Amino acid sequence: MNRMISYENKDTPIHKLSGFTKLVFFLLWCITSAITFDTRVLVVMIIMGAMIYIISGTKWEQVSGVFAIIMFFMVLNILGIFFFSPYEGCKIYGSRTDLLHLFGNYTITSEQLFYEFNVLIKYFTVIPSIFIFLTTTDPSELAASLNRIGIPYTAAYSLEITLRYIPDVQDEFRRIKNAQEARGIEMSSKGSLLYRIKNTAVIIFPLLFSSMDRIEVVSNAMELRGFGKKKKRSWYSQKKLTAMDFATLAFIILFSIGSLVLTFADGSRFYNPFI
Amino acid sequence: MREPIIEFKDFSFKYKSQKEPTLKNINLKIYPGEKILFAGRSGCGKSTLAHCLNALIPGSIQGDISGNLRVCGNDPGKLGVFGMSKIVGTVLQDTDGQFIALTVAEDLAFALENENTPQDELFEKVGDVAKKLDISDLLECAPGELSGGQKQRVSLGGVMVCDVKILLFDEPLANLDPATGKRTIELMDDLCKNDDMTVVIVEHRIEDVLHRDIDRVVVLSEGEIVADMTPDELLCSDVLSTHGIREPLYITALKAAGADITPDTHPQHIESMLIDPYKENVIQWFHKTERQKSETCDDTILEIENLCFSYDGINKTVDNASFKVKRGELFALVGKNGAGKSTLSSLICGFNKPNTGRILLEGADIAELSIKERGERIGYVMQNPNQMISKTMISEEVGLGLFVKGVPQDEITRRVNETLKICGLYPYRNWPISALSFGQKKRVTIASILVMKPEILILDEPTAGQDYAHYTDIMEFILKIKKALGITIMMITHDMHLMLEYTDRCIAMADGQLIMDAKPFDVLTDEAICDRAYLKKTSLYELSLKCGIDDPSEFTARFIDDERRRRKEACDEQNDIL
Amino acid sequence: MKKKFGIREVVAVGIGTALFVALTSVQVPLVVIPNTDLQPRMAVMAFFATVFGPIVGGIIGLLGHALGDAIFWGSVWWSWVIPDGIVGAIIGIFAKQYAVKDGGFTKKSSISIFNGVQIAANAIAWIAVAPALDILIYAEPVNKVFTQGAFAFLGNIIIIGILGTLIIAGYSKIAEKSNNLSLEE
Repeated sequence: MNRMISYENKDTPIHKLSGFTKLVFFLLWCITSAITFDTRVLVVMIIMGAMIYIISGTKWEQVSGVFAIIMFFMVLNILGIFFFSPYEGCKIYGSRTDLLHLFGNYTITSEQLFYEFNVLIKYFTVIPSIFIFLTTTDPSELAASLNRIGIPYTAAYSLEITLRYIPDVQDEFRRIKNAQEARGIEMSSKGSLLYRIKNTAVIIFPLLFSSMDRIEVVSNAMELRGFGKKKKRSWYSQKKLTAMDFATLAFIILFSIGSLVLTFADGSRFYNPFI
Repeated sequence: MREPIIEFKDFSFKYKSQKEPTLKNINLKIYPGEKILFAGRSGCGKSTLAHCLNALIPGSIQGDISGNLRVCGNDPGKLGVFGMSKIVGTVLQDTDGQFIALTVAEDLAFALENENTPQDELFEKVGDVAKKLDISDLLECAPGELSGGQKQRVSLGGVMVCDVKILLFDEPLANLDPATGKRTIELMDDLCKNDDMTVVIVEHRIEDVLHRDIDRVVVLSEGEIVADMTPDELLCSDVLSTHGIREPLYITALKAAGADITPDTHPQHIESMLIDPYKENVIQWFHKTERQKSETCDDTILEIENLCFSYDGINKTVDNASFKVKRGELFALVGKNGAGKSTLSSLICGFNKPNTGRILLEGADIAELSIKERGERIGYVMQNPNQMISKTMISEEVGLGLFVKGVPQDEITRRVNETLKICGLYPYRNWPISALSFGQKKRVTIASILVMKPEILILDEPTAGQDYAHYTDIMEFILKIKKALGITIMMITHDMHLMLEYTDRCIAMADGQLIMDAKPFDVLTDEAICDRAYLKKTSLYELSLKCGIDDPSEFTARFIDDERRRRKEACDEQNDIL
Repeated sequence: MKKKFGIREVVAVGIGTALFVALTSVQVPLVVIPNTDLQPRMAVMAFFATVFGPIVGGIIGLLGHALGDAIFWGSVWWSWVIPDGIVGAIIGIFAKQYAVKDGGFTKKSSISIFNGVQIAANAIAWIAVAPALDILIYAEPVNKVFTQGAFAFLGNIIIIGILGTLIIAGYSKIAEKSNNLSLEE
């Protein structure tokens, strides 16, 4: 549980930006990264990501735990791709340059290495943006920002409630789990699958039940204080947009368009160095 | 003649799902600026009455209404919940449910945000209210960082920003320790005096509410108003005791001493009450009442040695705690929220591991035992039975612990039945749990632990949120199982009556340290300790001093003994009838 | 009469997502192979979908998966976020058929409909949508993404089929008896 990434209040240019700006930046960034497979764009994004990471003052300790897990999965994924389809890169780039024969039908090729390198850096364009977004954006601002990009405020407020009650629910889960464990009901890896799932049900059921009570109380409380009364809603924690915000927004929009133009200029989303 | 701000005329209400009406023929007028207390047992209709004022009935809860209700000249049914939210501000019992936003400032602003108030105005109004409630320093805090009292202030602020005319408090004291409860009552009084607000409080803890002046008390029973009088008149009558509501302790003591209390002595507050007419009675009673000798056992079952624990490695949540527990003892662990009570019990259960120190069970160190192994010897019952119950049938739930242990089915059935009999649940064994009341569910959770035959039972806030009658029911049940099984019981609580009347011993904690380990009446008559542990001196203390008895602790002890004796007689009588 | 996305639904999404996120790190190992752990949070999503309908179920899936992965694992695999939302929404579309709140889920017919729907929903999500998105976004090998999808499909139908059915049936039993009586304590 202590590995969780969370917001830390600091005084950096990134922190000063409005949550709205950061949300738009984050979404456009993710979309661009999802569409493109152009190595040049991806490399530029990696470098920019690293720069923003440094400016944001995010400490390595804040994210290192999570980072280790990602690296593990990444290595697993890269090996998985090779295991399932050793010549995927050759298919994509239309050529085959053998480097080293391993065994059976498995040969390392330049094309495969380059393709897997692209997959790897593609992931690495997104990961720091998530770290930075989470560590520099005040959770209070998130709902207001979602509302600003056009999501109805009622739905946006769901996110605020989620963030508000995650700690409470975690704490309740821990207490229920402890109490059930003292009765001998454990969520261990012993026993048959059915037995383990049944034990999980015993712990989750009271949690769900009390959550249903909570929904009742919170909805009443919100209604009594006039939530949903008007078409629009103002937000205490919304930050006003500054010149810096507009500059950032302009930049990310231009950057996204530029990247996609560059990517598809040659009719393919892949950058092919083998021609 | 002034116009009433709230007026019920021949008002009745029946929930859609029930056969009988919950409110019957209510006639009541409340005038602007009045401070009214709605009192009564759980299920008497007092909360239903409150829900009619803020239009949750019929807005969210459906049913049949007959008769008339006017609030500020409006019909709440027509105005709806949103319309009424501008007139009536409701502070709910559950401060965690009421605290919706991520920080204090946002929560204070919540109602205004919903009005689409411009941001600059939000800042200004939130600043004002925070100043009024003295929470300006907390604006950035998340709910998890606040104490119960602070959350209560935020809840209050959240409805005050709207300039409402009526404040409605739904059991405001239910989750607070005695000292914070007292402060909350003072705060409510101060705020409302200045603003000429009409205040309606729904609460069954009469003595705590009457700490400050109340204009009228409306007592409900089975959906009808059985009394509508000033506190002074009410305390002289027998309305409270006949309707299962707890009287202030000093009133019970005066009545026990044979005093015939009259309204002109102003019994509302013990501090300002004229005690002279009753002095003789009290002194006489004190001298003729004897203390019972309590039997003690010398066999130590649990020993805590220099226990230290810290979550973050900096602040000690439990700081060098040491004490011994004798077999068959019933004792209370008290202190304010965050004093370390829960942490101490989770160390005993093995949910957390102590940094230093030892826990000895029957002389043997239990450091190496797992949670499960400890659970078979030290049973732990959570505060809210809904957090423990995971089966739908009673016998299944009680037998669950044995079932997962792999005990043969016929032995499970035998032990479950045996336990159900002790707990008075045997006739219900094939009922679905959903058909049970809160108190019965509590019994089920206790039974589901007792079936494992533990030597020690830890009960977390066994009576929280319960009215006098239910509370007495639960506590008598606990006494019964203690007697039947000879089990050792530790209760975590901040209910002072509970520790005073039912426990043999009281351990007070503050900031992780044990600050006193003594008889409950010694703790509750010690001003310094009460302050540190967020307890409140019992009103018997004041009463004895006012009567010129200079040993308040002894006075309290004798009164409690006398109470226990009378309660036991009443109980036996009841059993004879059955 | 009632609005489709009223306050109760807003709160249900909020609390449901909080539960989903909080349970992200709770897993039941299926076999020894890594990454094939069963996720009880899927059963929780199914529960909310059956009680509150497709919008609540769908948003809990989307928001919960994105937020849970971001907070705990520091990355968001959009190609797996979207299928989660699809499962929640499809299960929720048939909410009326299960009649959870009226105690109907104790009947065999409701349980079979629920399981039929959840298996179909998971098939669409994990055997069609997730692999398609993986190919579209990450250009991953076809055989790899379908193998992964098949594992996810299996894991999810098992956990929703057993854990989901258990908790929904339990809740349904309770809801039947204490219909709306809880307000006066």
